[in-house]
Amino acid sequence: MSLQYVGLSEINGPLVVLDDVENVSYDEVVEIRLDDGSSRIGRVVEVSGKKAVLQVFEGTNGLSLKNTKTRFLGRPMEMPLSTEVLGRVFNGAGRPIDGLGEIFAEKTADINGKPLNPVSRSYPRNYIHTGISSIDALMTLIRGQKLPIFSGSGLSHNKLAVQIVRQAKIAEDSGQEFAVIFAAMGVKNDVADYFKRSFEESGVLQKVVMFLNLSNDPIIERILTPRCALTVAEYLAFEKNMHILVILTDMTSYAEAVREFSSSKGEIPGRKGFPGYLYSDLASIYERAGVIKGSEGSVTQIPILTMPNDDITHPVPDLTGYITEGQIVLDRNLDQTGVYPPIAVLPSLSRLMKDGIGEGYTRADHSDVANQLFACYAKVIEARALASVIGEDELSELDKAYMNFGKMFEKYFVTQRPDENRSIDETIELGWNLLSLLPKAALDRINEKLLNEKYNPRAAELFE
Amino acid sequence: MNTIFSINGPVVKVRDTKDFSMLEMVYVGTKRLIGEVIGINSEETTIQVYESTTGLKPGEPVEGSGMPMSATLGPGILSNIFDGIERPLKQLENISGAFIAEGSGVSSLDTVKKYKVTIKAKVGDMLEGGDIYAVCPETPVIEHRCMLHPKLRGEVVWTAENGEYTVNDKVVQIKTEKGETVDLTLCQKWPIKQSRPFKERLPISKPLITGQRVIDTILPIAKGGTAAVPGGFGTGKTMTQHQLAKWCDADIIVYIGCGERGNEMTQVLEEFSQLIDPRTGKALTDRTVLIANTSNMPVAAREASIYTGITLAEYYRDMGYHIAIMADSTSRWAEALREISGRLEEMPAEEGFPAYLPSRISDFYERAGYVETLNGREGSVTIIGAVSPQGSDFSEPVTQNTKRFVRCFWALDKSLAYARHYPAINWNDSYSEYLDDLANYYDENVSLDFLKYRQRISNILLEEHKLMEIVKLIGSDVLPEDQKLVIEIARVVRVGFLQQNAYHKDDTYVPLEKQFKMMGIILTLYDKCRQVVAKGIPVSTIAEKGLFEKVIKMKYDIPNDKPELFRLLSVEVEQTLKKLETEV
Repeated sequence: MSLQYVGLSEINGPLVVLDDVENVSYDEVVEIRLDDGSSRIGRVVEVSGKKAVLQVFEGTNGLSLKNTKTRFLGRPMEMPLSTEVLGRVFNGAGRPIDGLGEIFAEKTADINGKPLNPVSRSYPRNYIHTGISSIDALMTLIRGQKLPIFSGSGLSHNKLAVQIVRQAKIAEDSGQEFAVIFAAMGVKNDVADYFKRSFEESGVLQKVVMFLNLSNDPIIERILTPRCALTVAEYLAFEKNMHILVILTDMTSYAEAVREFSSSKGEIPGRKGFPGYLYSDLASIYERAGVIKGSEGSVTQIPILTMPNDDITHPVPDLTGYITEGQIVLDRNLDQTGVYPPIAVLPSLSRLMKDGIGEGYTRADHSDVANQLFACYAKVIEARALASVIGEDELSELDKAYMNFGKMFEKYFVTQRPDENRSIDETIELGWNLLSLLPKAALDRINEKLLNEKYNPRAAELFE
Repeated sequence: MNTIFSINGPVVKVRDTKDFSMLEMVYVGTKRLIGEVIGINSEETTIQVYESTTGLKPGEPVEGSGMPMSATLGPGILSNIFDGIERPLKQLENISGAFIAEGSGVSSLDTVKKYKVTIKAKVGDMLEGGDIYAVCPETPVIEHRCMLHPKLRGEVVWTAENGEYTVNDKVVQIKTEKGETVDLTLCQKWPIKQSRPFKERLPISKPLITGQRVIDTILPIAKGGTAAVPGGFGTGKTMTQHQLAKWCDADIIVYIGCGERGNEMTQVLEEFSQLIDPRTGKALTDRTVLIANTSNMPVAAREASIYTGITLAEYYRDMGYHIAIMADSTSRWAEALREISGRLEEMPAEEGFPAYLPSRISDFYERAGYVETLNGREGSVTIIGAVSPQGSDFSEPVTQNTKRFVRCFWALDKSLAYARHYPAINWNDSYSEYLDDLANYYDENVSLDFLKYRQRISNILLEEHKLMEIVKLIGSDVLPEDQKLVIEIARVVRVGFLQQNAYHKDDTYVPLEKQFKMMGIILTLYDKCRQVVAKGIPVSTIAEKGLFEKVIKMKYDIPNDKPELFRLLSVEVEQTLKKLETEV
């Protein structure tokens, strides 16, 4: 029986202070019992001498300086692990909320994880087929990658994430099992419900682990949510050899929770009030993706974040972009013109793509087509800017060809139905046909031999 | 015994003690985590811990080591991969598996491996600091030269026979002036935050040849120089650094992955071990050392990684080698300073960065240089630091302060990267101050015309930049023919010369001679076209001949080892244009 401390000496936002405690370790978990019998958990965020500062995850509502009994559990925050977690629903702090009882744990693990040794990683190379042309061709998702979706409020990021989950052939030929881990941080009830329903409809619900911290749930608990989810992901991937796709939404709400916690601790704020360690903090989440030597499994992350005011330089998307291996950026203008998925091709990127495509993975001509599409679409944007000044009629013939190419590219390549699953062959052929709308000389990224073989203006005439 | 009083993230405080000295390395807690003293006052000693402090308790012991945070320097550094405080990651993997556990005490260098040592000192020799007393082949391409610790001098009283020794074996014994005998092994320690001494700085005179056209020709960097590569995410900073690490003509590369992605470090590891160094014919890893502190590793070690890297570089410089350091990225290092400064509750300056940020940045870059070493050899350290500006805004403190202390600035540009123009170095925003220092080298080793050509190419780009302002407003059709030609030639320069394909076997590295010849062809094309245009033939007619495309593709069509083909191309350009003239 460990010691219990009665009462608190200070309450400040989500933080409480205890005096005269002994043998407390940094980052240890505490259980706080209230007089009414309910209990909350928290953790030690600072100790100095006999004073301990605790962060209470469920918030400090109803706590007084007298009505609590605090017990130090002597271990960091842990998550019970077992393959039983598949199909279950947890709250943001990793407690089951689906009424099916506690997890019978095979083992427990510290939710903070430990840094993965770079020499133990193996470089991700296998591509994940998503069936979405713009992603497969231009920002290919690789197994073990972290590829966020940068979105804005009201854009169709959820629909896109669901389509990726449904169509992703993540464990196609290896015969291995796959699972989806879905962590919701501060999202609306309907959004969580939408994901749940979609998982049900596609019959994968038994392969999904859900962690729900909805927008009306305690904010500080949000800091735990992705860590619990990733602890489960690492366990399933590296000990049970499964391919895991982790969806984290919405990282902006997560970062705001970190900011709130930081300001209540009285820390010096950095950009837009976010603490100086936001980069390290986000990295401790995003870096928990990858493939390690000696294990068949993988952790692939698709974090979703909404850019406040659609501003890509806001600290959250900015720091995320520096850590993740590329990004899929959604664009409001495309969305308004009815393009789904509204992927802004130019700022989107997959850093791991170059080694996971080409012969043996997708197709030998993949990277040529991708580079040329990028280069040509960049010209489209220039031509459009010019057209908005001098009018489309005044453009040179080449610029007019670019304008036409841009229109067709958005209409036939980027746009697809939410249930349309295009094969990589279809996607690349489509790319070739679109490129054939342009004069041959404009295609300067492709070598001549390949160009002669594939350049087909007649196919291009079919677009209108 | 001193014990922990308080813990806040990586910062630990000890009360009521006078036992520690500033920057001393200490062991913290029962797990013996490594830390460093960063503040002392009459009440408290403040320590930053290089590992995760989870589970640490007040009352656990803190033990001083009696010396500052030091790097162990000796054979076994090359082709190794270390964390920020010089612990070999391979050994850590053996101890704790794929995930790094705290408190793993491992020695930096392999203590079992034997090196074939040749003793250079003789009994009776007077050795000064920096003198070489033994050599051994460290890798197939680098000879390791064991030098006397710069702070020691004395007479050799005993030497071992030539033979095989481990790093900790005694090979030479000296007697100092005070009469103490000191045993010399193959390795020594040096505090990482202190620069190693040398005899004198030499003027900068040689370029660091990288094989990247936009760098070597337009924005060159010198051996012993400093360069910054700022760019938002996705602009190819890391890619540029990788290319330089692979191809630049330094003897040894120190690659510091400071707060970057784990998968990227794995990629460097895999790629470098497969790549064959074009100059030595051996694996590239034989002359590379990697320091990896990925973004999820402890933040204090991230701060240390930069210093560890430069100390290793200076050590090899003292042996008479030319070293290039790639630091990716210095912004993460600055952020680590900010994070720790925040935990210390220091008064912040700009954007929360500590007021001493500029002095730390300048301390780092000032450790570059071309020097005469204590033992009379020539060596250099070149620093190429990536900067990741917040929100791609170059006016933020790290970029601005870095700009003050480097002489070469390669600004990466988002719009170039979007158009997949790599390396995405913007020629208008970037600069290099080394041109004058290097003029002699180019004159003597390439051609007297090299700098003239370079200037003309720059002028074409500048002129295009001006013309584009007009084109943006009214379109290119209304320009007079000679200006249309400038735009067309500038396109040839951009696509055919500045843009370089890192994945093409010839284009990934281009020797200076080919760079010079490529400029030559472009300028010939320009001059001849100007004559043709002056006779009233429109640019579009010339374009139909496919000459521009042909010149653009010369980087692929003419292999690096066949420069004679340039003559043929030049003749073709002239004849085609002459024919065109007569036709019209």
